[in-house]
Amino acid sequence: MLSNIAFYGAIETGLIYGLVAFGIYISFRVLDFPDLTVDGSFPLGAAVAAVLIIEGVNPWLATGAAVIAGMGAGAVTALLNVKLNILNLLASILTMIALYSVNLRIMGRPNIALLTEETVLTPWYNLDLEFHQVPVVLFTLVVLVGLVLLWRFMKSETGLAMRATGANPRMARAQGIATGAMIVLGVALSNGLVGLAGALFAQSQGAADVTMGVGVIVIGLASLIGGEAVLTPSSVVRALIACVIGAIIYRLAIALALNADFLGLQAQDLNLITAVLVTLAIVLPGVRTSVIARLTRKKA
Amino acid sequence: MITATDLTLTFGKGTPLENPALRGMSLTVNQGEFVTVIGSNGAGKSTFLNALAGEVMVDSGKIIVDNQDVTKLPTYKRAGSVARVFQDPLAGTCEGLTIEENLALAIKRGQRRGLSAAVKGRYLEQFKSSLASLNLGLENRLGDKMGLLSGGQRQAVSLLMASLTPSAILLLDEHTAALDPKTASFVLALTTQIIEQQKLTALMVTHSMKQALEVGDRTVMLHQGQVVFDIAGKDREGLEVKDLLELFEKQRGLEITDDSLLLG
Repeated sequence: MLSNIAFYGAIETGLIYGLVAFGIYISFRVLDFPDLTVDGSFPLGAAVAAVLIIEGVNPWLATGAAVIAGMGAGAVTALLNVKLNILNLLASILTMIALYSVNLRIMGRPNIALLTEETVLTPWYNLDLEFHQVPVVLFTLVVLVGLVLLWRFMKSETGLAMRATGANPRMARAQGIATGAMIVLGVALSNGLVGLAGALFAQSQGAADVTMGVGVIVIGLASLIGGEAVLTPSSVVRALIACVIGAIIYRLAIALALNADFLGLQAQDLNLITAVLVTLAIVLPGVRTSVIARLTRKKA
Repeated sequence: MITATDLTLTFGKGTPLENPALRGMSLTVNQGEFVTVIGSNGAGKSTFLNALAGEVMVDSGKIIVDNQDVTKLPTYKRAGSVARVFQDPLAGTCEGLTIEENLALAIKRGQRRGLSAAVKGRYLEQFKSSLASLNLGLENRLGDKMGLLSGGQRQAVSLLMASLTPSAILLLDEHTAALDPKTASFVLALTTQIIEQQKLTALMVTHSMKQALEVGDRTVMLHQGQVVFDIAGKDREGLEVKDLLELFEKQRGLEITDDSLLLG
């Protein structure tokens, strides 16, 4: 049903959104901090990387700068919440809106093409791989490294302190954890990952665009919730794997829906499909539990 | 040792709901003392404990813990010298984390946390032996989620967590009040055992006068944000609930109307 190119394309963007889902896992799940900054930090990462790449900076350094920029954006949101006591959701909306202007300032124009530039992907095209497989291989490596590092971090003393901050802030404070600092660190880390995703997306798509962040939060959430529906997140490592699986399934589902001619769907229906998929992902686990309950009751 | 001097605190200042919780409250707890605190609803017991822990900031007065003025310090900066067990059995632990992860959080109370693994191999023996002392079979369930435990079990683990690292004072805020009578007496016995074994300095708020006289070596009664009486040693021996009530009426010329204090 899917062409080879469409299939690899779906995996490629799925892997990138897996990084976004990691970020959303940290903010929404670990810290219980509904953070919409990502709609701004995704294009921020793309903008920073693109500007530096056309200036001739090494693409990996440019990507690193994008991560730091994303972390800065996340830190601003968290500080608005922690220091100025602005509601977390509102604080993130303020940063997101501000980033639209910041991103335009960084790029100096609404979009930057990278098609002819050297990117992190360029050296990999010399390998004996098909053209559309290259990003999949590289991004799989990036996602795996990210997954292992995050897993180790969540199991560390600081990571455990962060998890306690989100789960039971009063207990965390009583254990001597500076909960405010943990929120700043976590939201910064989360948006650093989203900045990384933005930088990689711009390089694989061949352009950075100021509007490319619209709806990233919904896609990331769809990946997170969808992944959790498939793989029960009973431990940190399972939750992280679920993020990647969810993101890939989401992109494949979108690609299938758009490719299935009999459905008559077109690209502009993307947001509607997303909303339907998220709803299904939220509702289905409940249905599954009740169906299992009914089946086991019959047996007994 | 802990010294609180002339603490005042008013909630909702300047509003119609203005409520003075502490009105010049002073108390000194000596090293190794186990003080029980009683008082009717609104006497300022919990507020006093929250002020000592740093969860609320006093309007005036001074709090000294181990020769350090902590009056202006937030909770997390006091945690190294102040350990706590809450009234709500769910409040002292994280249900989404495993038993060993909760203990690993507590073993680092008030210390710097780095990037090394939180649950270290060298902790496990200590975790197991202290859990075994509870006689709840939890020593074989280190990897279980805290949420799988009952309220009483969680409160017992909270108590263990509070005593895992040394502290200048242990604050117990009606920590048996939300438990059924049998579990409550188990947790209370465990409390006295841990306090005696480790020679802890402790402050236990309780709603029950009987309990206040049965355990500890000093009893303090609060009323309207002040200490109304403070008995220890010989004066306290053989004292019964009715004696306490008489003492209170004599001191204040008031009738106690809070039934829960009489019945507890």
